[in-house]
Amino acid sequence: MESKNKNDHSILRIEGLKKYFPVRRGFLQKIHGWVRAVDDVSFEIERGKTMGLVGESGCGKTTVARLILKLLESDEGKIIFQARDISRFSEKEMKPYRKEIQIIFQDPFGSLNPRMTVGQCIEEGIRISGIKHASRRKERLEDLLKMVGMSPDSADRYPHEFSGGQRQRIGIARALSVEPSLIVCDEPVSALDVSIQAQIINLLKDLQDQLGLSYLFISHDLNVVGYLCNTISVMYHGHIMEFAPSEDIFNHPCHPYTISLLSAIPDPDPDKKWYVKLSNGPISDSDGVLEGCKYQDRCSIAETACRKDRMVFEKVGENHFVRCWKAAKNI
Amino acid sequence: MIDRRPTNDWPLLCVENLKVYFQSNGERARAVDGISFEVREKETVCIVGESGCGKTVSALSILGLIPTPPGEIVDGQIIFSGQNLIKLDEKEMQKIRGNHISMIFQEPLTSLNPVFTIEDQLGEAVKTHKSINAEELNRYCIQLLNDVGIPSPEQRLNDYPHQLSGGQRQRVMIAMALSCDPDLMIADEPTTALDVTVQAQILKLLRSIQQKRSMSILYISHDLGVVSAIAHRIYVMYAGIIVEQGNTDQIFRSTRHPYTQGLLASLPSLSKRGKRLYSIPGSVPNPAYKPAGCPFHPRCSHAILSCQDEFPEMCDYGEGHQARCPVLFKSKGYKGPNEMLKNTMS
Repeated sequence: MESKNKNDHSILRIEGLKKYFPVRRGFLQKIHGWVRAVDDVSFEIERGKTMGLVGESGCGKTTVARLILKLLESDEGKIIFQARDISRFSEKEMKPYRKEIQIIFQDPFGSLNPRMTVGQCIEEGIRISGIKHASRRKERLEDLLKMVGMSPDSADRYPHEFSGGQRQRIGIARALSVEPSLIVCDEPVSALDVSIQAQIINLLKDLQDQLGLSYLFISHDLNVVGYLCNTISVMYHGHIMEFAPSEDIFNHPCHPYTISLLSAIPDPDPDKKWYVKLSNGPISDSDGVLEGCKYQDRCSIAETACRKDRMVFEKVGENHFVRCWKAAKNI
Repeated sequence: MIDRRPTNDWPLLCVENLKVYFQSNGERARAVDGISFEVREKETVCIVGESGCGKTVSALSILGLIPTPPGEIVDGQIIFSGQNLIKLDEKEMQKIRGNHISMIFQEPLTSLNPVFTIEDQLGEAVKTHKSINAEELNRYCIQLLNDVGIPSPEQRLNDYPHQLSGGQRQRVMIAMALSCDPDLMIADEPTTALDVTVQAQILKLLRSIQQKRSMSILYISHDLGVVSAIAHRIYVMYAGIIVEQGNTDQIFRSTRHPYTQGLLASLPSLSKRGKRLYSIPGSVPNPAYKPAGCPFHPRCSHAILSCQDEFPEMCDYGEGHQARCPVLFKSKGYKGPNEMLKNTMS
């Protein structure tokens, strides 16, 4: 994917990222094959903007998050953050960058240490951000809590005393405590009720406007992604199948997988009988596709060429790319 | 048992003023606080609401699955085929469960027994309620798996639940629920844990089964999108009561309760880009400490003084559409959920 934006505009650029996990069998644990969890993934996130990464379970989106956070080492590819290639950085070299990229998790109940008060949890980050005086740290703690819509006296309470939505706010305050520039949001609202979801989405948007944050927003919920994200990458079995600005993904989807995802969203408009357009084919869960397009087993327009050739990411519009030679030809 | 099959103008299931309370630590949680609803023949009725509203407790009460203690049905009736299910003893309820009323749950992996094969579990309900020999049972199980769209059913019979995908396990659960040809299937958030494309297939399957077997479905969900796609009629629950009921068109096009309006307005979508999402202020009340009067009033932008003291009655908008808000009923000029969104943006 050509990057027309030079380093000034992009906060994160991923090029040809790969992560393969070995499958070991037998007494001697010989390598039997590879799970190609992340396979030639490339995208770019502009400073101050949000990119959505959508796909179904097992597509590799959480692995991408871990690679970006350097919780996992990639096998190949580049991770260019703020114009530096951090993909092969040692732990020592990564240290100053750790605070720049933070994460908010999906499970508000599992991601907070139950033995630490809210204040202790957030203070860890405040101390790392280098504020020396205790009174200034306390001020910062109060500011952070207010920023996420929590009262300052939450600091002395424990996570179990709060609801799911409130814990998510605490998680956001924790991520903000080290003053990051990029936050990976891994399904942050999937476990929340509709009315709380709206509150958290509004909060994330406000914080982005106030602090100039960039987000990588991982979700399987296309409605949330369509609302919040500037651009969207659609992922399937380790591959990015389509990338475009949100309006184009929804209004001019190209890849057959994107089209099937969009048609599967139950539509609250009772006039649109969405279920009529669904295909009847069974969904294969195997990653057994070794040659050709990964989507060939489920694809309604697959041909012989799709089963042999490696699909390339092709440009089909202004900032719109698709990994399907047929879809690209039809534009 | 009086086996009186309902005619078209008699509801299959009629729940009247159901109250289910839970007692623990000196607190009494009024989880279901006087709800009435009905399911007619060949109908899909959805109960929709957020966590803690009482929808799952309502569903479990129908089949007598509420643990007692700490739970207790303190009032109301559940009339099914002419009988009040609350008055039946365990032995009589067992003849109903799996047979006339069956249930499918949210998490198929925890609802299927991991140490029994698919065939064992599929056959269990059939063996309990009908007399059938092993060969017939095997053929019937294969047919059931076919009906729910599982490929290579003969091989799948010998599998264990962990060998199947999430979508396939849910199909097996549906097959189990269908095995005795029930009149009513209760589905408690069956697609929440599934991917969107798998969810779409399961919903399509439920629709086709309902049409083929003339079965009724009571579908519990928090997902308004799913509900709009499959429901004939909808009941919206909040804090243990029903706040609005109507058909899909009425609920989604001309909702008449501030809570339903708030829910619809807070759904994110591409069309709302650039505008602030409406969000209902405050949070759901603790079922043990509900506010007096209308339970929604502390969060309601339409609340007036009387909402704090008087419990609101259902207001009738005609053609089966009712909403529990006298304030909106009396006011004029209401247009729809988009109105609420516009008001919050200025």
